[in-house]
Amino acid sequence: MAAGLQRCEGCGLVSRPPAHAPEPRCPRCDTALEFRKPDSLQRTVAYLVAAAICYVPANLLPVLTTRTAAGESSDTILEGVVLLWSPTGWPLSLIVLFASIMIPSAKIVALGYLVLSVRRGWAQSPAQRTRLYRMVGFIGRWSMVDVFVDTFTAALVQLQPLMSVEPAVGLVFFAAVVVLTMLAVESFDPRLIWDAAGANEVRHA
Amino acid sequence: MPRRRTRMSLVWVVPIVAAIVGVWVAVAKIMGEGPTITIVFDSAEGMEAGKTEIHYNGVTVGTLATLRIAKDHRKVVATARMQPETASFLVEDTHFWVVRPRISGATVSGLGTLISGAYVGMEIGKSTRSERSFVALASPPVVSQDVAGTFFVLRTSQLGSLDYGTPIYFRRLQVGEVASYELDADGRALTVRIFVQAPYDGYVTTATRFWQASGIDVSLTAAGLTVQTQSLLSILVGGIAFEAPPGAAAGAAAPAETTFTLYDDRTQAFQPPRGVSQTYELVFRQSVRGLAVGAPVEFWGIPIGEVVDVRPEVDTTKMALTVHVTVEVHPELLHVTAPSQATPGGVEEHRVRVDGLVAHGMRAQLQTGNLLTGALFVALDFFPDAPQASIDWSLTPPRIPTTAGEIAALEAKITRLVTKLEALPIDAIGKDVTEVLRTLDATLAEARRTLAAADKALADAGTLVAPDSALRVELSGMLQEMSRAMRSLRVLTDYLERHPESLLRGKSGEAK
Repeated sequence: MAAGLQRCEGCGLVSRPPAHAPEPRCPRCDTALEFRKPDSLQRTVAYLVAAAICYVPANLLPVLTTRTAAGESSDTILEGVVLLWSPTGWPLSLIVLFASIMIPSAKIVALGYLVLSVRRGWAQSPAQRTRLYRMVGFIGRWSMVDVFVDTFTAALVQLQPLMSVEPAVGLVFFAAVVVLTMLAVESFDPRLIWDAAGANEVRHA
Repeated sequence: MPRRRTRMSLVWVVPIVAAIVGVWVAVAKIMGEGPTITIVFDSAEGMEAGKTEIHYNGVTVGTLATLRIAKDHRKVVATARMQPETASFLVEDTHFWVVRPRISGATVSGLGTLISGAYVGMEIGKSTRSERSFVALASPPVVSQDVAGTFFVLRTSQLGSLDYGTPIYFRRLQVGEVASYELDADGRALTVRIFVQAPYDGYVTTATRFWQASGIDVSLTAAGLTVQTQSLLSILVGGIAFEAPPGAAAGAAAPAETTFTLYDDRTQAFQPPRGVSQTYELVFRQSVRGLAVGAPVEFWGIPIGEVVDVRPEVDTTKMALTVHVTVEVHPELLHVTAPSQATPGGVEEHRVRVDGLVAHGMRAQLQTGNLLTGALFVALDFFPDAPQASIDWSLTPPRIPTTAGEIAALEAKITRLVTKLEALPIDAIGKDVTEVLRTLDATLAEARRTLAAADKALADAGTLVAPDSALRVELSGMLQEMSRAMRSLRVLTDYLERHPESLLRGKSGEAK
């Protein structure tokens, strides 16, 4: 920024846009050039808030409705964890617990922390925070596993009169949490972490 | 470094939408939360908290949320979360019961519960008072409250194959079912409550008879082999049929809860009403071999009762053996055309009537019903020559005088005859007879001679009246003469009738 160089989001070309140009564009691929993602923090916060809101019904509402001859049972994620918890099945139970409950909440908390740190202009340990951001970005998409498993189950277990599994409304919220956190990660600009630390870091480098 | 200042981004629509959807879902869920009720069950067998559902007409209207043991340690208290729309169903007389697989009578119900486990059935009451705590019924109500029909009561001595839900047939059409049954406190009979659906309940009249229609009723009669069944189902699971006896007056429609007798079969049901039975004792001084308990008491061949007890009694003072036979007679099987003066239908009237019958010679007698088996039955018959007897009503049971049975009477007669025969002086009689025969011989010779003389006399008489005998000729001539004289006499009288004056004037007319 200080150098006035901009990296194109589209093709990665680093260029120096003409000063005071109203809308700088990449000379190679004509992508609009920005020093920072526009409204990054606001959008991240918005997505995070939405994710946090959806997180509540995602955990309170049933994600799967199992219809067997024995009747209908709707299970929330937590109930699924409890259901799977058995001397032999506990690893699976733990996986579900981590993938479906811990990770989404951890993501929300981590992103919230990042947003807060940028907002407050904290200068400490930007490298660690960047690592945290990468981790959140990497791990985030794996939360979708739960949604996949559930939708696959629902698609496969359709022995109509005997048994059928149908996704319930909670699953929609859960998927929304995953998607919204991914969007939040996507809209967060990790470069902002370094902005506060800008001067000394550059000096450092 | 142109940095756009923070302004409200469009992205905030996302959390707002999320919040709205979340709130909407939450509100929907809270609104969707129905009333919570408690149901007390005898046992929670097959039930599971959070799983067991409450069904009404096959629709899930609630789920048992919790199950816990009641404070008295005997019952199970279940908390059920009901669907919101059921709030108005939860009234005082709403019933709940556990549905487990049940194969009884004609109904195979709750078969689904074999796989699914028990569920809770529900029947909506008619009351308007709201209620939130209920006690589950021990057994499912067979008859739903919203089916129109009438309850009747049947009395029977044994349940047979009846059960809840056993079908009731009217002309082989299923019109109802057994609702409940219970044993009387004294354990002697059963009261069966049945439900007959409208409009068939109108066919239950005061004349209607109910009978157990289970199984096959095969009877071999003079008309041939008769097999009577209701439906195939009733052969398997039993049933109750009702009908008015043919030829009987239709009768008025029976009001609800009317008590009927449940007969064992159709034949019995259509027998004339037996009414109250009267117990009598008959004392016989003869062998009752072949007389079994249950043997009929017949009045001129019509069964009107049966033997209920046979027991011998020894009088040690007189060393006399008697057989006491207790019989039950249904006096109403005898149609009485002329009621007596005493209270009609009362005990007094009955006594007067029986006394009258006995006074006219009615006696009980043992008769052979079956020559092959030697089975005896008690016949009430009239023996006008029987010695005077009467019933002592002070005895319990009163005794109807008896008369010796046919065989016994015959034996007695033969015995008497043999005794008399033995008393006869056969030897003396033989001697006398020989003497008599000898005399008779002489008499016969005499008679033969007399006959020969008579023969001769007759032959003489024959010659006298032979056609060519002189006597005949003379007789004939004389008869001719006489007839001629008669003719001329008639001419004379004729003439005199016409000419009476000729008696005075002589025969002048002829000259004119």
